[in-house]
Amino acid sequence: MELSLATRTVGEHTVLEVGGEVDVYTAPRLRERLLELIDGGVRHVVVDLGRVDFLDSTGLGVLVGALKRLRTADGTFALVCDKEPLLKIFRITALDQVFPLHRTVEAATGAGK
Amino acid sequence: MATVRLSFSPAPVHVRTARLVGVAVARRAGVREDLLDEVRLAIGEACTRAVALHRQYGLSEPVLVEMSDSGAYAVRVVDRAPIEAGIGLAALDADQLANESLDEDDLTTGVGFALLAGFVEDLQVRPVDDGIGTEVRMVWPVAR
Repeated sequence: MELSLATRTVGEHTVLEVGGEVDVYTAPRLRERLLELIDGGVRHVVVDLGRVDFLDSTGLGVLVGALKRLRTADGTFALVCDKEPLLKIFRITALDQVFPLHRTVEAATGAGK
Repeated sequence: MATVRLSFSPAPVHVRTARLVGVAVARRAGVREDLLDEVRLAIGEACTRAVALHRQYGLSEPVLVEMSDSGAYAVRVVDRAPIEAGIGLAALDADQLANESLDEDDLTTGVGFALLAGFVEDLQVRPVDDGIGTEVRMVWPVAR
């Protein structure tokens, strides 16, 4: 399934809803969208992975890149994910210790500020 | 013993095809249904790594994926990059991952290796027997 990207605003957070497959082919589009948001002045980003069926190391690299970029800009970056196969990927790579991970958008926008 | 071979030009767009074929053959070979997500991810990571190496070295030769089910489900992903580029599984720890100076390519490589090592119990990365390159060999049990 192709990558889908949609943004919405929840309070002071911009929620980027990602769907489909994030891999070596589609990750550049995700990177581009995140850069667009950050360069456009967005400082509190929540990426909702709820409709992602596949996520590989390239996609994870893009997410870490956005996290670092926002940190240096005094912003925040959080992920929403409740799918066990994806959570396992975060655990195996130790990225669960790097990203703020939430089960719901509400939790991410409430706690992530 | 059935063997399926797939070779593709080293472009990111073809990695998805390799994943789909790899999972289809795994299912047919009798790999447990709950392992198929891991098979898909591991084949994708091995192919992504091979494509990245070919692009880094400007190689237009195809990446080879060979799947066989003689006794177990074995997948070989073969690249043609110089050997020093590909051997060694160096997973990064959380501190390294969060390190500001680590660039995205290095991070992706480290994470890719972590995923391969984490998801594939029977994993080997070794020089190919013929010519230049490395092969990532992954084996999963099949239920017969």
